[in-house]
Amino acid sequence: MHSKIPLFPEQASTLAAQVDLLYFFLIGVSLFFGVLIATLLVTFAIRYRRRVGDPVPPAIEGFLALELLWTVIPFGLAMMIFFWGAVIYFEMARPPDNAHEVFVVGKQWMWKLQHLEGRREINELHVPIGQPIKLTMTSEDVIHSFYVPAFRMKADVLPGRYTTTWFEATKVGEYHLFCAEYCGTSHAGMIGRIVVMEPAEYQAWLSESGPTVPGGAAPVAGTAGVPPAEAGLALFQQFSCVACHQDKPTPAAVGPSLVGLFGKQVTLQDGRQVVADDAYLRESILDPTAKMVSGYLPVMPTFQGQLDEEQIRQLIQYIKSLKPAGETASPGVAAAASGAPAGAS
Amino acid sequence: MRELTTPYVAHQFDDADQQHEASALGMWLFLITEIMFFGGLFTAYVVYRSAFPAAFHAASKELDIGLGAFNTVVLLTSSLTMALSVRAAQIGKRGMLVVCLLLTIALGLTFLGVKAYEYQHKWHEHLVPGPYFLFHGPDPTNAQLFFSLYFAMTGLHALHMIIGVGLLGVLTVRGAQGMFSRFYYTPVELSGLYWHFVDLVWIFLFPLLYLLGRH
Amino acid sequence: MATGVAETNYLNESYGVRSWLLTRDHKRIALLYLISVTVFFFLGSLFAIGIRLELLTPTGDVVQADTYNKLFTMHGVIMVFFFLIPSIPAVLGNFLVPMMIGAKDLAFPRLNLLSWYIYMIGGTFTLWAVATGGVDTGWTFYTPYSSTYSNTNVIATALGVFITGFSSILTGLNFIVTIHRMRAPGLTWFRLPLFIWAHYATSIIMVLGTPVIAITVLLVGIERAFRIGIFDPALGGDPVLFQHLFWFYSHPAVYIMILPSMGVVSEIITCFSRKGIFGYPFIAMSSLAIALLGFLVWGHHMFLSSQSVYAALIFSILSFAVAIPSAVKVFNWTATLYRGSVSFEAPMIYAMGFIGLFTIGGLTGLFLASLGLDVHVHDTYFVVAHFHYIMVGGALMGYLGGLHFWWPKMTGRMYPETWARMAAVVVFIGFNLTFFPQFVLGYLGMPRRYHVYPEEFQVLNVMSTAGASILGFGYLLPLAYLVWSLRYAPHAHANPWRAWGLEWTTPSPPPTENFAVTPVVTEDAYAYAPHDAVPEEPQVA
Repeated sequence: MHSKIPLFPEQASTLAAQVDLLYFFLIGVSLFFGVLIATLLVTFAIRYRRRVGDPVPPAIEGFLALELLWTVIPFGLAMMIFFWGAVIYFEMARPPDNAHEVFVVGKQWMWKLQHLEGRREINELHVPIGQPIKLTMTSEDVIHSFYVPAFRMKADVLPGRYTTTWFEATKVGEYHLFCAEYCGTSHAGMIGRIVVMEPAEYQAWLSESGPTVPGGAAPVAGTAGVPPAEAGLALFQQFSCVACHQDKPTPAAVGPSLVGLFGKQVTLQDGRQVVADDAYLRESILDPTAKMVSGYLPVMPTFQGQLDEEQIRQLIQYIKSLKPAGETASPGVAAAASGAPAGAS
Repeated sequence: MRELTTPYVAHQFDDADQQHEASALGMWLFLITEIMFFGGLFTAYVVYRSAFPAAFHAASKELDIGLGAFNTVVLLTSSLTMALSVRAAQIGKRGMLVVCLLLTIALGLTFLGVKAYEYQHKWHEHLVPGPYFLFHGPDPTNAQLFFSLYFAMTGLHALHMIIGVGLLGVLTVRGAQGMFSRFYYTPVELSGLYWHFVDLVWIFLFPLLYLLGRH
Repeated sequence: MATGVAETNYLNESYGVRSWLLTRDHKRIALLYLISVTVFFFLGSLFAIGIRLELLTPTGDVVQADTYNKLFTMHGVIMVFFFLIPSIPAVLGNFLVPMMIGAKDLAFPRLNLLSWYIYMIGGTFTLWAVATGGVDTGWTFYTPYSSTYSNTNVIATALGVFITGFSSILTGLNFIVTIHRMRAPGLTWFRLPLFIWAHYATSIIMVLGTPVIAITVLLVGIERAFRIGIFDPALGGDPVLFQHLFWFYSHPAVYIMILPSMGVVSEIITCFSRKGIFGYPFIAMSSLAIALLGFLVWGHHMFLSSQSVYAALIFSILSFAVAIPSAVKVFNWTATLYRGSVSFEAPMIYAMGFIGLFTIGGLTGLFLASLGLDVHVHDTYFVVAHFHYIMVGGALMGYLGGLHFWWPKMTGRMYPETWARMAAVVVFIGFNLTFFPQFVLGYLGMPRRYHVYPEEFQVLNVMSTAGASILGFGYLLPLAYLVWSLRYAPHAHANPWRAWGLEWTTPSPPPTENFAVTPVVTEDAYAYAPHDAVPEEPQVA
């Protein structure tokens, strides 16, 4: 690999080949027009170079047909390229329904990744081949960007909100992970690797304990691979959320029940309707009076500064797991839904 | 002093007409840049207002609508007196010119005085963004955003008013010295344009900041 | 037509520092700018040298991470705001706009001088920021890093940029009024040199766009100084709003940087083909089209920023649209050579180099405008290569070409032709060696603003640094021989190129008032007289 100058990264995702195809097409277009202009310039320069005794250059003002030609054809070509790029982009913007979620928190200057089943990673992400993975990401401080060249995938990671992207790995191996949005001193050090494994190996890896650190050192002591929803239940109790948000609320309840809340439309104090999604839940934990549900008093305290992004994510996963009796919970949250007390996170 | 019958034409211009047209175009262009300058702030305001309506409504209620309305009347009147001073210059009435300019300045200073009062009142109420900000309504984080924009927008406006008052001061002195006449009053005319513009900005600021949610 | 050296010209009509620092003569102000932008250019280049030295090896061994971050930030800030944006308009534009339209000066000469002082004050603030610790936010100042997290001189730099913006605004205002109101009799819009059209379009952008960056950096400074949250999400603000406001100016800004260069190229191509430009109205209108469309595409810097897919679609399609007028220009310039009488003095070499390199730079813009592809190459060296092809391969080559073309007019001296041709070729070669490998690096995945990188990127980085050393040498050459020419080169005549244009009808250097008698224009643009009808003026060796 190092013996020759590499020209493009490995194609390790379902979309990589599509992106490369567009790239090669554009290289072809560029070569065509570049060579065309260069050839014309050089040919005209030589053919019409100044010689003593030359005839007077004719006053050629222009040629409308030519102008139209070289306006319309490039425009048509441009629209075609636009369309092609847009199609790929649309696909990149829509994670498949069967995508597994992984949560990413970027902070100066490291990546923290959380699998739903419990394993946590730092600067590394293990994924199985052939399974779409959806990354839900946020930053604890400044803007970062999660970039895997081999997957041709990149998305900004913003503080104060969630951004998502997805990929499906197609080739076993290890690939670069870079931060691609300048974020301060160690921006160039905020790198890692994506480890793509065969599904069986991945399952085996999942059930090992401990978060992994780069280089495969021994797992960090004291932290078990707890599913985030379970950890969220513990936080829910630790921070006394349960005091106001009971599963079966009485008429005098201070706060609404959170069972079945995730994904539902709620009506706010001013009459607006919003969907209770990740962003809504996060905002309501940190800034409770911003989008208050109608029918309640603004007494919920803010947890800004008391919870970091990972803990907020754990709480959200717990809330997501609160389904009304009879509905199935998503993988990794069954334990929490049963209400069994979990170990400390 | 002798009334100028032919204005001084700067060396780069062919004649007085060209000079006048160039100056007028220059002032209009400058006002367009000012629109773009304020435009950035207005954009931020519109974006945040639509994102945080509750906070902005509640924060807006803290502004004194009476003082805001008074200031609006003051500024509108000052635009009238400004227009009158341009008229006075146009018809060569030096006395009227000076009086109208002085009235405009006085009204401008009144506006600024009221604003100063409002600002210091906000300071006492802990509504100035920063470490001492304390808002008792809903969504204090985003209410602070309202006040940041309030001070930025009205502050920038006030700065333009101060510059305008200074400009008018210079005009008043020059006018009193007889520098303007029926044949040459371009500086008065162009300062009038500037003044009207600053007034116009306030006409947008007042409802956006003060009249939010008051139907 | 005057020939020979005028006895009294704008350079020698008065002496002394005061006569220069208090001048109202647009030509002297142009030279003041020439000195200033040259100083800033070489300062910005010093930072580039630091960057390329560090990138020779994959590990961080030349400078520390924080220092490197300051190097690329200050390289960007100085090159963009203090070199590229002013260069052609403030130097060549200031000198030539009044002359090309037959006027005695710009509409507002004192405002012109004020523009220079504002530029110098803003530059001083920024230099002070650089000297007292530097700034490390990237020239793009993204929040919340710049507003909350960075520990460097952000406010001073923001203030420097804020102040300098007004220099740009006032210059643009001056140009627009001058072009509208002070054209010589008979000089209708479609008889204007394309250099004027280019500067007119540029001035529109300067006037409309610059105030927005002014207010944006002001807000960042206020946010930083008073700890309020306009752009910081921890305080309720929106960091993406900063990006919208920033790029709303900074995208049109790149057209401020390239349009004047295109105007220069139009003048040079016609002169050295001895032929009228092919498609005059199309080139003129394309400048306006670029200025207008340029305001509508800022979101293409933000495809990955979490803006909506539909916004991204609109910005992408408009970005493709804005490429078309530039393509039209390239085709028209090329067609101008057809059946012309082409000679290859240094300005022509720079102009032809411009066409080639700008074409490559513009085509790579299509890669970036393609949504699906931009996801991969955004924030990588692909982008760095793209904009350097346009800014350095394009704008800077145009500036150098124009500087050489009008050097005899401005200074009354001919530069040494052989050295100039050599330098142009050295620059062309060095430039391509520096920046072409960066396209490959970017597609491989090397992100921007990295001072350490995986080993497999080293060969390309070494090639790039080698090219940079050649490029640097290529820039030192004109510095040396142009300065040398001021004293030792032969005097130039009024029109050493036998070029069309009102500026060439005055002596070299021109008298302070430009034209003793206001010219009356009766012919169309680029009405090149048959070259065998004008006796061959002795070209001094």
